[in-house]
Amino acid sequence: MNTPDPTTATKPQASMNQPNADATPAAAPASAPTTTSVESADGREVTLTDVHAYYGGSEAVKGVDLVYKPNEVTAMIGPSGCGKSTLLRCINRMHEEIPGAHATGKIVVDDIDLYDPSIDLTAVRRAVGMVFQKPNPFPTMSIFDNTAAGLRLSGTKGVDVKERVEWALRGAGLWDEVKDRLDKPGIGLSGGQQQRLCIARTIAVEPEVILMDEPCSALDPIATLKIEDLIHELKQRFTIVIVTHNMQQAARVADTTAFMYLGELVEHAPTQQIFNNPGDPRTEEYVTGKFG
Amino acid sequence: MEAGSLSSKKTGAPKPSWASGSGSHVGDAILKYGLAGLAVGVLVLIAYFFVRLIVEAEPALSQVGVIDFVFGDSWVPSQGDYGALPLLVGTLITSVIALIVGVPVAIATALYITELCPKRFRGPLTVVVDLLAAVPSVVYGLWGIFFLAPKLEPAEKWFSETFAFLPLVDPDKVSIPNYFVAGVILAIMIVPIVSAISREVISTVPAEQKEGALALGATRWEMLRMAVLPYSRAGIAGASMLGLGRAIGETIAVVIVIGNAAVIGSTIFSQGYTLAAVIANEFGEAASDPLHRAALIACGLLLFILTLIVNAIARYFVNKAEEGQASRVPAGMAG
Repeated sequence: MNTPDPTTATKPQASMNQPNADATPAAAPASAPTTTSVESADGREVTLTDVHAYYGGSEAVKGVDLVYKPNEVTAMIGPSGCGKSTLLRCINRMHEEIPGAHATGKIVVDDIDLYDPSIDLTAVRRAVGMVFQKPNPFPTMSIFDNTAAGLRLSGTKGVDVKERVEWALRGAGLWDEVKDRLDKPGIGLSGGQQQRLCIARTIAVEPEVILMDEPCSALDPIATLKIEDLIHELKQRFTIVIVTHNMQQAARVADTTAFMYLGELVEHAPTQQIFNNPGDPRTEEYVTGKFG
Repeated sequence: MEAGSLSSKKTGAPKPSWASGSGSHVGDAILKYGLAGLAVGVLVLIAYFFVRLIVEAEPALSQVGVIDFVFGDSWVPSQGDYGALPLLVGTLITSVIALIVGVPVAIATALYITELCPKRFRGPLTVVVDLLAAVPSVVYGLWGIFFLAPKLEPAEKWFSETFAFLPLVDPDKVSIPNYFVAGVILAIMIVPIVSAISREVISTVPAEQKEGALALGATRWEMLRMAVLPYSRAGIAGASMLGLGRAIGETIAVVIVIGNAAVIGSTIFSQGYTLAAVIANEFGEAASDPLHRAALIACGLLLFILTLIVNAIARYFVNKAEEGQASRVPAGMAG
C-alpha cells in the first residue's frame, strides 16, 4: 500500500490552512466574519489528457484535453447528453462505479496520475471531492455527524474532528444557522441548507479539487444565490469544476467556461469570451439559445 | 353558464352519447362488497380461532390456573402436571439461537447479492437462497438429527469444556439432540425469508446515498456501513422479527432434533421441548384425556399469543421504516 496519496504526500501549503492554525477558539469569531472563514491557498491544477469515457460499448466522452487552473472556477456547459457530467465523474473516478462503465486517459493532480493502477481509489476521492445534483445528507446522521462523515473513514487520521467540523461548517456558510442544533438530523434542514451541509461534508476532508454536478438544480433561486456566493469564497482555497445547465449561472460564477458537444470539448476559454465572442459557431448557437 | 355544469342541464334535453349510462356500476359494487366481505371473513376467522382456543383450553386453565400453567415448571401429563414453562423456555431459547445465528448470515447474504457480487451471479444466487425455503421442514429435521447433530457434538463438547466457566455451559450435560441444534436448524430455515426481505429493503437505498459515501473516500465496506445499513436498519429489524415468528412456530424439524424432554435444560446443549413440538407429539395420546387435550390447546393459545406479539413488533418496525422513507422525500425536495 505504498501508493502515492495526494492528500498527504504533497501538502506543504495546505497544512497552513488547517483549522488548528488559529488555535485559540476565542480568537476565531473575533477575527473572522461570522459567515465564512475559508482562507486562501494555492489550489491544485488538474490536467486532463485524452480522456475517453464509455458506458459499455458506447463512448460518452471522446478524447478530452483540458486544464483546470488552480483557484479558478471552471463551468462545464453543453446540451443534455453531451458528456459533461460523465467527464466530471471521471475526475474523481466515480464514473467507473456504474456497472459496465470505464474510462481511459490521464488525469493528473499534483503530478500524480489519478488513473495510475497502483493508486488507492479512496485517496483519489479524498483529494477530489464531489457535490451532487440532489442534496444527499445521510438521513440517519445528525448535522455534526454528516459533516464529520468523511473524517471518520479509515483514510483520515489525526484530525481534531470537532474543530474541523466547525471549520467546514463555517466554510460552507452554515455555521451560524446550525451551531445550536448540531445534534439534530441533517435532513431536518431546508434543501439549500442541506446542499451547503453536503459542501461542508466535502470540504471537511480538505480536498484539492471540488467537483459540483449541477449543485443548484434542485434549489430555489435564493438558495441558489447563496451557493453561488459560497463558490466564490471556496475558490480562494480550492480548484472548482461546476457542471451547470444554467448559462446565467455559468456567467455568474465561472472564470473560464468549457463547452462540450456530443462527447467532445468544443471550446474552453474565459467565460466572458465564451458568452460574448465565442470561437466556434456551435458554441455561439448554444449560448444564444439556438439549440440545446 | 351555457358551458356550465352537466347536472344543471334541463331535464328533457337528451344527453350526449358520452354521458349516457346509469351512473352506477354494478361490477364495481360487487367487487367492493365482495372484497370487503372476504376481508371481514379473515378477521372473523382469526377472532373465531382465538375464542375457540380459549373455550377449548378453559378446562385446563381453570383446573391448573393461568399463572401456574404459564409458569409451572413440571409437565407430566400422566400425573396431571401441566406447567408449560419448560415448553415456553424451549421455544424462546431455540428461537433466539436461530436469530443470533441466522440473521447475520441472512444480512450478509443480502448485502453480498445486492451490493458486491457480479451482476451475472445475482439471479442464480437469489434463486439458490430462496430454494432453502422450499426444502420441507421434515427433511431439515432428518438431516439435523442424522447428520448435523452428531457432527456438532464434538464441537459442543470442546466448547463446553473450554468455556465451562460461562453460564448455560456444562461439559457433563451435552446431549446429541439439544436446544442448540434445533436453533441452528431453525436458523437455516429463517435465512431465506430474512434475506429476501433484507434484499428488498437494501435495494431501495438510493444511489445518491451510496455515491455520497464513496465520493468522500469510503471503501466498499465503509459505504455499506455509512449509507446502506443505517438507511435500511428498520426494515432489516422487521425482517428479523418475521423470521422470529417463523422460528417460534416451526414444529416438525424441532420435534426431531430437540430431544422432547419436558424440563428446563440447564445448558444450551441440553435436551428440551417447545410448545409446537409438544402439541405435535402428544395430541394422539391426549384424545382420551380431556384435561390433557385442553392443556395442549392452551399451549396452542400461548403460542398464538406469542406469535401475535412478535408480529405486532415486526409491523411496528416495518411501519417505522416506511414512515421514515416517506418523510425523507419531501424534506429532501423542499426549497
